[in-house]
Amino acid sequence: MDLDIVELSRFQFAMTAMYHFLFVPLTLGLSILVAIMETVYVMTGRPIWRQMTKFWGNLFGINFVLGVATGITMEFQFGMNWSYYSHYVGDVFGAPLAIEGLMAFFLEATFVGLFFFGWDKLSKVGHLTATWLVAIGSNFSALWILIANGWMQNPVGASFNPETMRMELDSFFEVLFNEVAQAKFVHTVSAGYVTASVFVLGVSAWYLLKDRHTALARRSITVAASFGLASALSVVVLGDESGYSASHTQKMKLAAIEGMWETHDAPAPFTAIGFPSLADRETHYAIEIPWVMGLIGTRSLNTEIPGINDLVDEAEERIKSGIVAYDALMTIREQRGDTAPEVRDTFEANSDNLGFAFLLLRYVEDPRDATPEQIATTAADTIPGVLPLFWAFRGMVGLGFLFIGVMVYFFWRSSFRQQSYPRWALKMAVAIIPAPWIAAELGWFVAEYGRQPWTVDGVLPTALSVSHLSVQDLLLTITGFLIFYTVLFVVEMGLMLKYIRKGPFQDVEETEAWEARHEHRLRTHDGKGPFAPAGASARSSADEAFSGTSPAE
Amino acid sequence: MILFELVEYDVLRVIWWLLLGVLLIGFAMTDGFDMGVGALLPFVGRTDVERRVVINTVGPVWEGNQVWFILGGGAIFAAWPPLYAVSFSGFYLAMFAILAALILRPVAFKYRSKRESATWRSVWDWALFAGGAVPALIFGVAVGNVLQGVPFELTPDLFSRYEGSFHAKFLGLLNPFALLTGLVSLSMLVTHGAAWLSLKTGGWVQTRAQRIGTVTGLVTIAGYLGAGLWLAYGIEGYGLVAEKVANGPSNPLYSEVARTATWLTVYAERPWIAVAPLLGLAGMTMAVRGLRGGREVTTLLWSKLGIFGAISSVGLTMFPFILPSSLDPRSSLTVWDASSSHRTLFTMLVATVIFMPLILAYTAWVYRVLWGKVTEDEVAEKSHSLY
Repeated sequence: MDLDIVELSRFQFAMTAMYHFLFVPLTLGLSILVAIMETVYVMTGRPIWRQMTKFWGNLFGINFVLGVATGITMEFQFGMNWSYYSHYVGDVFGAPLAIEGLMAFFLEATFVGLFFFGWDKLSKVGHLTATWLVAIGSNFSALWILIANGWMQNPVGASFNPETMRMELDSFFEVLFNEVAQAKFVHTVSAGYVTASVFVLGVSAWYLLKDRHTALARRSITVAASFGLASALSVVVLGDESGYSASHTQKMKLAAIEGMWETHDAPAPFTAIGFPSLADRETHYAIEIPWVMGLIGTRSLNTEIPGINDLVDEAEERIKSGIVAYDALMTIREQRGDTAPEVRDTFEANSDNLGFAFLLLRYVEDPRDATPEQIATTAADTIPGVLPLFWAFRGMVGLGFLFIGVMVYFFWRSSFRQQSYPRWALKMAVAIIPAPWIAAELGWFVAEYGRQPWTVDGVLPTALSVSHLSVQDLLLTITGFLIFYTVLFVVEMGLMLKYIRKGPFQDVEETEAWEARHEHRLRTHDGKGPFAPAGASARSSADEAFSGTSPAE
Repeated sequence: MILFELVEYDVLRVIWWLLLGVLLIGFAMTDGFDMGVGALLPFVGRTDVERRVVINTVGPVWEGNQVWFILGGGAIFAAWPPLYAVSFSGFYLAMFAILAALILRPVAFKYRSKRESATWRSVWDWALFAGGAVPALIFGVAVGNVLQGVPFELTPDLFSRYEGSFHAKFLGLLNPFALLTGLVSLSMLVTHGAAWLSLKTGGWVQTRAQRIGTVTGLVTIAGYLGAGLWLAYGIEGYGLVAEKVANGPSNPLYSEVARTATWLTVYAERPWIAVAPLLGLAGMTMAVRGLRGGREVTTLLWSKLGIFGAISSVGLTMFPFILPSSLDPRSSLTVWDASSSHRTLFTMLVATVIFMPLILAYTAWVYRVLWGKVTEDEVAEKSHSLY
């Protein structure tokens, strides 16, 4: 095993995955927000809602295309950089990826063309259908990729086949309904919805601060705040679901996130702040809140959550069992087919721990030759980096609560305070635009860094998963991706800002004609359309749409 | 009763070999014209409006077309994991070049006309050219290398290793036979792109596309014949030594493989497979005829037939091999020993049977909605919303 290759491959995967995820959450959420806006347009017929759909749809498109482009890298990187991983788990892990293509990518990619090019080729309802299919397709793709990822965290429904040297599928339904996958899916898409809501809110707030496109901005804030509030609440609640499932599927990750070294009597306290140290195996300056951890993690008062030290002891036992499995595996391989049933039974009994024997390959050629010291060192290697996990998790959760606060505030102002927003609130909404991306990246960091030293938890060590490549290969592609992705990022941000500054394309004649046709109805309703700002007469709301001046309040 | 045992393992393996072919052919037929159009862009469009016409013929569909490629990757991962593991890491730098081109292409489509600057647009036009030409060439080079065998070996743990240093590995791919197959692939997809432009445009763009397509079509026919003769007389083939075990576990090391004098011995055993190269040649010839005669709809169909014949001739010639190893023939991947498990193949088949007809139906519907030529007037009128 060449550790440079492992580290460089990890770096490359982390880099390209985190870059890809700069675009994904906005796609997930904005596709739905745009579909909601177009639905309002089809229901009310008001041109402003179509202008909103097109405006946000244009930003969606600039973002979407980079999500597509960088997603291709992800699909092929497993085979390129993680060849042994691909061989070892492709039988299970490949299926959700392929179904993602069949069920989700085709749908979103085929209809996204109609979304942009089909405005005058389809009926209103036909176009709306295309828009919703793009949104549904995007969200389905998140479902399948998280089923695949969930299996890496909690590899259910599969077992090792000694003849093919790989994990093979036992039950597709177990993989599909893996509790980790389901919890991750809802948590991740909600995070995407929050991202898009904060984005729409922030950009609209900027328009209000500049006193431009106020009709579009106010309506957009109303949509973003309502949708964002529901999403911000669910992202936290469903994140808690993730934590609960980690307490019985990924105990080490949970203990590391909490910096919990010793098993605590139930119910365990939650360490709000502290400085975990791997060297001392202790969390310094810890401020603990009693009971909370036990309640979140086990939803009971009497179930213990094991601490890191106990889990290391458990890993040591599993390594020893893994060596027995490895020995049986070698016998099975030599004798091919004529293996005595006892050997097969020994293998079956220990095969769940085979991956733990592979962890030893870092120190010895043959796991059977490992010394007790090497076994102890390897057991300690199963502790992920506690300090970064501890803080990344708290950063993510803190931001999650911030989003709830912001969304509650804007929802309240838009529903009960006639859509009037103080300038400080608008400035804050602009300032927090990057925050959901930070939270999402922190979330992925916790999930994937916390899974180390495994690519598939307890089954396949990261160090064993790589391809037979040279350092030059990796340096070349890493440099290539860095240059490429940096340039594309700059170009993308430039275009986003250009089109935000430019604002919506407004068809003045069409809006005027619509307002004239519906003047009677607008009058009788005192100028209050369902989403019109209070006090605005039919005339002034029309003016506002053309000239971008705000109505007199 | 256990459901997946309804279909025998060896039958499923053949089905998935066929589906792999369907995906590759689907990709070449749909995304193939996108790539051909990209490669043609600087030559058939002289003015900005002409180029926008060219780009907008594929603007609404390239995203869906590209999914054939992504799904191809996903299906290889799911149904042929050893193939996915060995080929993608073995062709590492070539794969990286394809990725770079395929990342650039979507961005170029979307961003090109979002700024007025002539330099900006020209840079993205060349990105579209590279995004079309580079993958088209590399796919053909890869096919040429697969036919000759790839220098890899499998360890007893089924870890795949490759011979040669980092430069040698990449440069080794660029051998004369592979360059010829690369040229065939490039010219075939350029011809296909020309057939598409012939259908979707008018005026000078159409005329130029037809002229260029006629030439590249002839190059394709000559190159394909040349590669076929070379394969018959200059390239060693591979054969299974022992009786095949079609229902066994997927471990490539369980089978014995030897080099044979030529791949084309299979044409003596299964003469009917000669239909594939004949269809390919017929399709390409008729496509050239159509381009010269200015026929629109039928030309594209003939070009598709040409692609179908050319790709399936490679698959049928190699069957049951999918990735032979020149370094250690025993490590070669075949249909019988490089698939997923019985249960996974069945599960994936169920998913395909459910979704593939839906995909074909709505894709056909989208093409119908978008039916008709893209004109300069249309581009000028809808300057804001089009690419």
